[in-house]
Amino acid sequence: MIRDITIGQYYPVDSVLHRLDPRLKLNGTLLFIISIFLFDYFYGYIAVTMFLVSIIMLSRVPLKFILRGLKPIIIILLFTTTFNLFLTQGDILVKLGFLKITKQGLHSALFMGLRLTYLILGSSLMTFTTTPNQLTDGLERLMWPLRRIKVPVHEIAMMMSIALRFIPILLEETDKIMKAQMARGADFESGGILKRAKGLVPLLVPLFVSAFRRANDLAMAMEARCYRGGEGRTKMKPLRYAGRDMIAYFILLLYFAGIIFISIYEKYFPYFDFI
Amino acid sequence: MEMIKVEDLAFEYIRRNEEGDVESINRAIDGVNLNVKKGDFIAIIGANGSGKSTLAKHINAILYPSEGTVWVNGLSTSKEENLWEIRRSAGMVFQNPDNQIIASVVEEDVGFGPENLGIPTDEIWERVEKSLEAVGMLEYREQSPNKLSGGQKQRVAIAGIMAMKPECIVLDEPTAMLDPEGRKEVVSTVHWLNKHENITVLLITHHMDEVINADKVFVMEKGKIVMQGTPREIFSRVDDIKRYRLDVPQVTELAYELKKAGLDIPEGILSTDELIRVLEKLRISQ
Repeated sequence: MIRDITIGQYYPVDSVLHRLDPRLKLNGTLLFIISIFLFDYFYGYIAVTMFLVSIIMLSRVPLKFILRGLKPIIIILLFTTTFNLFLTQGDILVKLGFLKITKQGLHSALFMGLRLTYLILGSSLMTFTTTPNQLTDGLERLMWPLRRIKVPVHEIAMMMSIALRFIPILLEETDKIMKAQMARGADFESGGILKRAKGLVPLLVPLFVSAFRRANDLAMAMEARCYRGGEGRTKMKPLRYAGRDMIAYFILLLYFAGIIFISIYEKYFPYFDFI
Repeated sequence: MEMIKVEDLAFEYIRRNEEGDVESINRAIDGVNLNVKKGDFIAIIGANGSGKSTLAKHINAILYPSEGTVWVNGLSTSKEENLWEIRRSAGMVFQNPDNQIIASVVEEDVGFGPENLGIPTDEIWERVEKSLEAVGMLEYREQSPNKLSGGQKQRVAIAGIMAMKPECIVLDEPTAMLDPEGRKEVVSTVHWLNKHENITVLLITHHMDEVINADKVFVMEKGKIVMQGTPREIFSRVDDIKRYRLDVPQVTELAYELKKAGLDIPEGILSTDELIRVLEKLRISQ
């Protein structure tokens, strides 16, 4: 199950999208998400779909890998579409006993499903093409103004990157502790939910103890290397916008303007009246 | 001038109960005096709980003296304004290689120290490259530290210190968690830095074979320095060493036993070659 979740993973290939500045990709994702909620009709979806398809092609991430990211949300997807389909009031199209499908229901089920799918695809594309380090760097720079209102931006970014560094170490450690406890007769696999949850205690306690010990060691090692928070710190790899980032920003704005235009146009001249 | 000067140092771990009253006082360091010249390779040995790690943490200003004074490069560690300069000039390498690597790419980790010091970006890159080259890890610069062996991780940690351009490196049992191969890598790297970059080294260890090439050895027991001298002087006194719950190198022990059995062998043999030469001479003379 954990292996199915591809959202948040990085897919290492070399593409234009991979080389773009992480700040641009974060902003772009936000803009894209806003854009898919801006309109209600057919033309808008054609525009968004075309944009998404071209981005996917640019990213050089295999389509199969991208679509796998939808697997964990399939239930939510089915749930929302079914509810929208059967429970929306309006002009009745089909009636099956107490179930009825309305024109408005069909419309919102279809578009809600598409919106959710695009939302997941768009945001997972960002993480596929951005390394976790770049992502934290980008977030740090974008949130920088929030320091004015006392948000500890640098500390949050530092915590995120340390967490990323220690995930594989702690996973390995979990495995080690599990084996050690199994050798002592612990049982992680049989019994009901309650028994299994109880069985996790001998795993979690040593894991937490060791994580705290590591945290303590790491804090000491960081201080020994003159770490004293974000003040007066320089960057080895500072983020700098390149020419291609400017072009990408231009394309993004063009896309966004186009979407706004389409949504206004559609309001006055609905093309497919029946949907 | 002395790189490190420790005068009448004492340090107490104070354990308090829930009301904040003192429950027990453990005097981890008890009246230590120590002088280290620039460019020296110093080894500190001692059994578990002898206070050698506590002493090391004083030199990097992670712990402050309860009594006495520690000077690093002429700066007292008790004064707060000296803190960052001391930590820069006396870098510290710890025991667990995993718990001191901060970034998830080797070169970014080496750059962490200079970043903290506010070094301009271009110079950070230069320093990172030079330090990684000095420890022989340049080809791994873009790798994740998780894929490296223990010895390689420790070398990355040493490079991370080197990038801050220190005058002195304190290594607190850097080889305790490594296999023999990794131990050799780390120790020879440290010796190389001592010789070629003129870095003062303070190596804390309980592997006796890492000590034999040091300029001077200190033996600690119960928070005090009980023996000091060149490795040869120290290992000539096998009985004393054993009394402090320490071992001597295997060859030294063999030579010592042979001498006790009546052979004419000098004290303080440190290497296999040396023993072979002595034995050859004995054979010829007989």
